[in-house]
Amino acid sequence: MNELSAPKANLTIKDFTSDQEVRWCPGCGDYAILKCMQRTLPEMGVTRENTVFVSGIGCSSRFPYYMNTYGFHTIHGRAPAVATGLKLANPELDVWVVTGDGDGLSIGGNHLMHALRRDVDLNILLFNNKIYGLTKGQYSPTSDLGTRSPSTPQGSVDPALNPISFALGSGAHFVARTVDTAQKHMPGVFKRAHAFKGASFVEILQNCIVYNDAAWKGITEKNVVADKQLLVEHGEKMLFGAERNKGIRFNAQKFALEVVVIGEGGITEDDVLTHDETNLQLARMLGELGGQADEPVVMGVLYARQAEHSYTDAVLGQVAERKGKTTLKDIMYGGQTWEVSETITS
Amino acid sequence: MASDVQVLESAVVRFAGDSGDGMQLTGSQFTTSTALSGSDLATFPDFPAEIRAPAGTTFGVSAFQINFGAKSIKTVGDRPDVLVAMNPAALKVNIKTLRPGGLLVVDTGAFSKRNLQKAGYDVDPLSTHELEAYQLVELDVSKLTLEAVKDFGLGNKEALRCKNMWTLGLMLWMFSRKREPVVAWLEKKFAKLPDIAGANVAALNAGHAFGETAELSVHFKRYQIGATHSEPGIYKTVTGSQALSWGITAGGELSGLPIVLGSYPITPASPILHTLSNMKELGVVTFQAEDEIAAICAAIGAAYGGALGVTSSSGPGIALKGEALGLAISIELPLVVINSQRGGPSTGLPTKTEQSDLYQAIYGRNGDAPLPVIATRSPGDCFEAAIEACRIAVKYMTPVMLLTDGFIANAAEPWKLPDLDKIEPFKVTFAEAPEEGLEFNPFKRDEVTLARHWPKPGVPGTEHRIGGIEKSFDSGHISYDPENHQKMTDTRVGKIDGIANDIPAQGVDQGEDSGTLAVVGWGSTYGPISEAVKAGREEGLKVSHIHIRYLNPFPANLGELLASFDKVIVPEMNTGQLKTVLRDKFLIDAKPLNKVSGQPFKIQEILDVIHAEASS
Ligand SMILES: Cc1ncc(C[n+]2csc(CCOP(=O)(O)OP(=O)(O)O)c2C)c(N)n1
Ligand code: SF4
Ligand SMILES: [Mg+2]
Repeated sequence: MNELSAPKANLTIKDFTSDQEVRWCPGCGDYAILKCMQRTLPEMGVTRENTVFVSGIGCSSRFPYYMNTYGFHTIHGRAPAVATGLKLANPELDVWVVTGDGDGLSIGGNHLMHALRRDVDLNILLFNNKIYGLTKGQYSPTSDLGTRSPSTPQGSVDPALNPISFALGSGAHFVARTVDTAQKHMPGVFKRAHAFKGASFVEILQNCIVYNDAAWKGITEKNVVADKQLLVEHGEKMLFGAERNKGIRFNAQKFALEVVVIGEGGITEDDVLTHDETNLQLARMLGELGGQADEPVVMGVLYARQAEHSYTDAVLGQVAERKGKTTLKDIMYGGQTWEVSETITS
Repeated sequence: MASDVQVLESAVVRFAGDSGDGMQLTGSQFTTSTALSGSDLATFPDFPAEIRAPAGTTFGVSAFQINFGAKSIKTVGDRPDVLVAMNPAALKVNIKTLRPGGLLVVDTGAFSKRNLQKAGYDVDPLSTHELEAYQLVELDVSKLTLEAVKDFGLGNKEALRCKNMWTLGLMLWMFSRKREPVVAWLEKKFAKLPDIAGANVAALNAGHAFGETAELSVHFKRYQIGATHSEPGIYKTVTGSQALSWGITAGGELSGLPIVLGSYPITPASPILHTLSNMKELGVVTFQAEDEIAAICAAIGAAYGGALGVTSSSGPGIALKGEALGLAISIELPLVVINSQRGGPSTGLPTKTEQSDLYQAIYGRNGDAPLPVIATRSPGDCFEAAIEACRIAVKYMTPVMLLTDGFIANAAEPWKLPDLDKIEPFKVTFAEAPEEGLEFNPFKRDEVTLARHWPKPGVPGTEHRIGGIEKSFDSGHISYDPENHQKMTDTRVGKIDGIANDIPAQGVDQGEDSGTLAVVGWGSTYGPISEAVKAGREEGLKVSHIHIRYLNPFPANLGELLASFDKVIVPEMNTGQLKTVLRDKFLIDAKPLNKVSGQPFKIQEILDVIHAEASS
């Protein structure tokens, strides 16, 4: 192994921490995500100069300022488009996109959809706090129905969007979910997203302590984590619960996933599904779990299917195929031209 | 029977027919053949917005006008000398433009009762005195074409499609143009369909032979139009979109940067996207984005990554780009933004030309957000203007708005190809890492140009964070400090204003540099203003023509130059935008002359005002 490809063991969390004072509210879930990123990047063997964080606008989108890498805080919702252009200019860069539920799913929904559809080689992190934090707490497209906010004093009337379903519906090739409180789980998801060639989409459930505190309490409180979160791993049985006696089964009659308890009604571990992250239909159903009282919210890599070429490779491949085959002069002076000499008369 | 050949200095021919009649092809082939015989020319493709408007209706009429001559041609000509009308609707829409006494060729085969009705004629105009002012030639082109192509076994509909080539053949004969380039083009175009190629060539030859041999009315003469005394060199017919795309590519080579174009289709800007998408040989990367916002954002992302970002659109799309333009201004990254203007507001007149986006270009953003604005004035001029846009963008680290319009984009003119080796390069160097221990400031500026340096991701030591939030002048970090915002705003304005010292002084296109009357224009009004001023001067009037390329900032001497004329009139295809800007900047009594009919100015319209102003 040569020096270049070896991980830069000498970089630490400090190298990835910028000198800017972090301005999030004390107790905001964004801190935990930031720390985790600063801690995990050295483990990925990346360099500071080759890493770029691109964000839109929102509390979450302040993220790049705190990373001691290249960073670009753009405009509301447009980070995926900016990042796409950046990758077209320099495909060698490791580009992370940081967005929020408002930034990525309302104003920027179109760009997010197309970045995922194109499979641009980006790592997209969507911080979902189910609220507009920066603008002081209006409801967002992921807010639960009936959310009371300054703009919906009687409760919101439009149903929430599921970011995982949105991503899969847009044709994403890599879809994962984690949560700000899962300091052990998050690094693995970041590493998988980074290693994936193409657009990797990670929904990070995040707590906004000021405007939507406890939005995820039902699944993050210590005493409910085991029953409310299902951590999936490719090739492993989808078991959860404090006693790991609950599992996910496919009910063919209902064409749906359901929670079963091993030992109850003749259920054995054989009835429990094994996670296959290349199965799109399974990923769709897993992404929707969590709506019913007994259902867990699924964490981990729900879907990963490497395409043959990422978008950037394909676009730049077409350019490389033809590049250098002619010159501007040949193009301009080619075709039908005529010469006017000094002596011409009409 | 050989006709007498009459020598003309110039002529204007207008081909008009249904959208499905192939008038644009007819016109462009006539143009090629004319250019190859060395005449100067200007063209005006005038087509409907609908792709397939109902056949035979007036709003489905498509026309192509060409002015060509043995002298310098700067406009498409006020009034055609020859009008070819392929159906009643084409006659109805275009007859008003034909010069009295002009030659009117109609295809009687298309003058059916139904077609007359669709065009809104109660009575067949060919049977009344309505067309008495013209030399009317009635030919059953449909029948003559069917006859000419009968050996090729085509269906009636396909056979009739060759009508335009029959007409073209006749016009090529009439103006002594060569058929060979058209034949070569047809054979290439229909290489896989030899019957279609053969039928089209047969129709072309039949039309030509008809002129040569048939017993025609005495009006039907043959003309000769010579070559012009243009400057020696290699010439080519180019459209504005072509020349502009080449200019952008040249800008990439001169700056040493790869081009990344982000664009979203819109009339009349799409040909630029198409042309650049086909220039991968030169390393051009194009990205058809999901909308205009994504298009400009991708171009900004590419610029952040060290490429020359370009985005192209028309007014409605430029409106969508507004917020991102502000970002590019705020973070000071180079970008070329091309606006192929069209009639507005809103969807307006997509295929008609207008110059009504000047305010949008200069002022159309939130905040104090100045950017340089450059306008092209003719198809060939797009090349140089595009290179200038690239030069200023990278030298001053700023987005530059390059204004062109639908007329320039689609029109063709013979253009003397430039010597590419003689263009001064403007190679870009990127920011370097600071000395050990010092903090990198992404907003370090050049003292003269005030441009910040350009760091490039991938380079160790120049890592930095930027965004649209105000930045500290001294460190580039976020700053909400009031005095700093004043300083940064002043710096951004000062940087753009300073470009006035780095562009050529404003010259006078024709006439003296002081006096009674200056006609001041910008963009595609160049041709008609130039001809009108020339005509006025030939009559002995004291009038000068000033044509402005650099609209923001203006050249440093412009105020003084304009002040040295008693009167300034500003013809524009809008309601008076440059006029207002000139009044604002120089406190002069600039007078407007406005036209927003979607059609270019006629020389006479400007000359009338010159008469009124120069003599009063
Ligand atoms: C064009 C535009 N419209 C509106 C805003 C105001 N704005 C800033 S952030 C934001 C919502 C942010 O919500 P989200 O993306 O969920 O981020 P969070 O603050 O919750 O992390 C809005 C509406 C803006 N900056 N720009
Ligand atoms: S408003 Fe909410 S999301 Fe924003 S910083 Fe404060 S706690 Fe975090
Ligand atoms: Mg939010």
